[in-house]
Amino acid sequence: MTGTSPFPVLTVLTFWPLAAAFVVAFLPKDSQVRIATLIASVIECLLAYPLLAFRNEPGFQFLENVPWAPDWGLTYAMGVDGISILMIWLSIFTLPVCVLCSWTYIGKRVKEFHVCLLLMTTACVGVFAALDLVLFYVFWEALLIPMYLMIAIWGGDEKRYASIKFFLYTLAGSTVLLVAIVALRIQSGTFFIPDLMKADFSFRFQYWVFLAFFLAFAIKVPMFPFHTWLPAAHVQAPSAGSVILAAVLLKMGTYGFLRFSLPMTPAASEHFAPLMIAISIASILYGGLVALGQQDIKKLIAYSSVAHMGFVTLGIFLFSKEGVQGAIFQMLNHGIITGILFCLVGAIYERSHSSEINKNLGLGKFLPFFMLFWGLFGFASFGFPGTNGFVGELLVLAAAFKFKTAIGLVCIPGALLAAAYIFKVTLKMAWGEPTSVAGPAWHDLKKKEWVYLIGPAFLVVYLGLAPTGLLNVITPAIEDNLASFNARKGLVSAAAAAPSEEAPSAPAVDRSSPAALPAGLDSALAAMPGPAPSGALQAAPVSAGAVTGAAASGASGVPASGASAVPDPGVRGATGASGSLKAPDVLAAADAGGGPAASLSAVKGVENNG
Amino acid sequence: MAELNFSFSDIWPETIFFILVLYLFGAALLERRHIMFSGDTSMALCPILGLLAMASAVCTFRHESLMFFGSYRIDGLSQFFKILIAAGFVFASLNAMRQPTLRAKKRVDYFLFLAMSAWGLTILASAAELITIYLALELSSYSLYILIPVRSGSRGAAEAGLKYILFGAAATAIALYGLSWIIVDQGTTYVSALAAKSWSVADSPLAVMGLLCFLGGLFFKLALFPFHFWCPDVYQGASNETAAFAATLPKLGAVIVLIRLATLLKPGLEITHMLALLAAVSVTYGNLCALAQKDLKRMLGFSSVAHAGYILCGLVAGTAEGLAAAAFYAMAYLFMNLLCFWVVARVSQDGRNLEYDDLNGLSARSPILALCLAAAAFSLVSLPPTVGFIGKLWLITSLWGHGYDWLVIVVCVNSAIAIFYYLSLVRHAYTEDPRGTLPEGAPAGALPGPIALTDAGVLSQAGALALGILVILLGVLPGPVYSLVLEASKALLK
Repeated sequence: MTGTSPFPVLTVLTFWPLAAAFVVAFLPKDSQVRIATLIASVIECLLAYPLLAFRNEPGFQFLENVPWAPDWGLTYAMGVDGISILMIWLSIFTLPVCVLCSWTYIGKRVKEFHVCLLLMTTACVGVFAALDLVLFYVFWEALLIPMYLMIAIWGGDEKRYASIKFFLYTLAGSTVLLVAIVALRIQSGTFFIPDLMKADFSFRFQYWVFLAFFLAFAIKVPMFPFHTWLPAAHVQAPSAGSVILAAVLLKMGTYGFLRFSLPMTPAASEHFAPLMIAISIASILYGGLVALGQQDIKKLIAYSSVAHMGFVTLGIFLFSKEGVQGAIFQMLNHGIITGILFCLVGAIYERSHSSEINKNLGLGKFLPFFMLFWGLFGFASFGFPGTNGFVGELLVLAAAFKFKTAIGLVCIPGALLAAAYIFKVTLKMAWGEPTSVAGPAWHDLKKKEWVYLIGPAFLVVYLGLAPTGLLNVITPAIEDNLASFNARKGLVSAAAAAPSEEAPSAPAVDRSSPAALPAGLDSALAAMPGPAPSGALQAAPVSAGAVTGAAASGASGVPASGASAVPDPGVRGATGASGSLKAPDVLAAADAGGGPAASLSAVKGVENNG
Repeated sequence: MAELNFSFSDIWPETIFFILVLYLFGAALLERRHIMFSGDTSMALCPILGLLAMASAVCTFRHESLMFFGSYRIDGLSQFFKILIAAGFVFASLNAMRQPTLRAKKRVDYFLFLAMSAWGLTILASAAELITIYLALELSSYSLYILIPVRSGSRGAAEAGLKYILFGAAATAIALYGLSWIIVDQGTTYVSALAAKSWSVADSPLAVMGLLCFLGGLFFKLALFPFHFWCPDVYQGASNETAAFAATLPKLGAVIVLIRLATLLKPGLEITHMLALLAAVSVTYGNLCALAQKDLKRMLGFSSVAHAGYILCGLVAGTAEGLAAAAFYAMAYLFMNLLCFWVVARVSQDGRNLEYDDLNGLSARSPILALCLAAAAFSLVSLPPTVGFIGKLWLITSLWGHGYDWLVIVVCVNSAIAIFYYLSLVRHAYTEDPRGTLPEGAPAGALPGPIALTDAGVLSQAGALALGILVILLGVLPGPVYSLVLEASKALLK
């Protein structure tokens, strides 16, 4: 917690676009609106200048903290660390790109469009800068509205379906997130994120909070099987909408995992890591395979996003320095690369009025510079050495191999698939037989397009060749987070392990191995009937009894059904007994072999809860 | 307690409303005789005196007194609700000024009953004794019974009026019956004395039954499941402007009484479980039914069934925070619903009922109305940064950890159901193109196809903007208002 800033740079960055939106809303002419928004976006980038003073050290910097609603402990708290500052840079620099790439693309209701763009930037910067859970949630949800309008008004033919699907999916995820936020507040007494990142909660509580976080973030990322809104939204959205969606919106999910899931629910993250790794790999392979079969360029890139974000979540849940480094690097890369790829699709759509591959063949002859950029970003997308995509993917893959060779090996086809679908589309676009005669619209890149392509292209190569500077920014924060994670992931298990020392016969299951997952999950779910985390602490007396019972049952040869089959008997016993509805289960476990003493203590515990 | 303790300075809001009622009564008799009593003058006086009542309630916010032998209580909570009632009355009467379905000669009578209902509600806000509560409740309801059918040339309005009276009479009878049981079993009707008694079924079964019946009468006003039947029908039948009043202000009255009675309810009591269950069912049922509606006012009717459930959550918690959250949410409900009805009434310039399609292209016809409708819709679904979001956040935060965590989850998941139909409002206003076009050679000012003609005048937009700013501003800076409410509810529970 260092570095209070005299100049509220984060607040300015967040609310400058909002103020600009007010001005833009009153401009009469479309051309004025475009120019004013562009100027506002350039000013936004300049206003970020004080952020360059960021010191490469752990902890939050540029802090702002003002009471907001003191009766509930709400604060207006802003701050950035090594993880979020990159996302803020990304959000800020996406804005001018979006303005430029929709300069001629958007023909109707121009003013509303640019107001939406500016509002979205406010929400994006706010999400990454907020250090108060409710503030975070406010920006997180506020983003939905302009994004929805963008798809619903300026979208393609199926805009209605796509926009409602987008809104329903993401809102459904966020409703549970709100429950988790409220539960965290009641359990810990604060909404302040840095405090919550250090708080210790019972495993049962973490378990449910993690699941709530998971639903919200997995939909946003999106992870397989929650990804179905993404292709619909990407294909229907105007290219600026796709750019923001790909570059910033998806990052909010992975940012959520990094900022909330890992620090606030370390034990549950560890518990669910096998599941998360499995889903990530499924996303990588599934996204890649589906992308390979697409005939529409936009859809192809949308599915490639699913695969790329799979690499990010994989890196996060490997819990190693390289993994998280790679994940954050990949977040930034994906933002730059996929954002620009969508710009390029938008540019080609303006020329051929179609985003199907077969309508855009043989472009190498007519639009050589366009294809040059397409090739560069496409290659970066599948991680060609020398581009930034390579660095991120390499780090994640290295971490995967380090974690378990098998997991690394499973990811390799994912990387190959990426190369396959990018090559497929690029080859056809560059050298395919054109199906239509080139018209006057088929001109190569315009000045505006050069302007917004040069910067990202430079970044792709620069970050690919010299990633150290960036790594220096993120590494202190990562090391700090991981150290805290490693220190606390065991606390709850250790507390639960104490009673299990009395029961040495309890089987030890390797929690990190995927094989243990189904059993652990099933029994955990069976043992947790209802969300009543507050009971977990009171249930402490029961766990000893239940565990003794389970252990004794194992020793006496009675097939232990519940407690002893799960990875961590102490934790399971405590959780199983804590809900007041679970009296029969606890009694059954105790009766199975524990004898009268155990069942007595179990009953007492239950009564205490009730 | 047994003192008259009358102080005129504390009851200015009630007095101002009483003066307004007296004046309007005179105007109804003397309308043609003198310019001072003309319809226009009396209409203009309503919002002005409403503002005055609001100002006087603000001035007496910190007053505390117990009047009329303990049956009339002036405290922070009562004054907070009087402010809200007066504010709501200002907007509702402004809204009702341009009412196409109201004949000119009925105008003064209409405003007379509007004012009388608001007067009853201000008394209700201070009533601290069951019989006083009952009387005040009826004072506000009888006026509404008359207002609902006032819609020229509409059989639906007559039907709605009849339904409202019949159901209302039944609910009142049940409430009175329950009241008699409470008196028999507990021997007092003062809420403060009742709070000290036991309310578990084991100790006083008769009183618990009686309380349930009495609450039933209030739930009828609040349109909580299963007392909600009248709500969509009455909204649909009544004119847009009357529905705007009936949907908002009487709910406030029910909430203030429920907050006073909530001092009887402790978490873990059977009756509290029951309320929690009713809240959950009401929220889910209201939202599911609203999904299927085509008529905007019917949709808003079912949505208010759901919102009644949300408000109940704060009462279930039973803590000062919970009661304050319920009061705050009642305020949120007032402003966002008034805003929604305001836009509906403006869009329907000829006074007919609107369907979703009538909103098509509203953003082009009137950007401000469309923007305000969007703010109201997102507030109703509790998306930030609106007052609806903050209100719901506090409701569920106060509810968590009191044994009703499941209710929190039900409430939150319901947002995901509700978004569909509230989003439809925004979708039609912003993304759909107007249905139908003008035929060739149509006279200027003709209705474009079946779409209603929108009133996009200055007053119409200014009113919407004022409410819209309230909805957003109270969502962004809720702290000061909430502190006041919290202080008031802490005093109540002391």
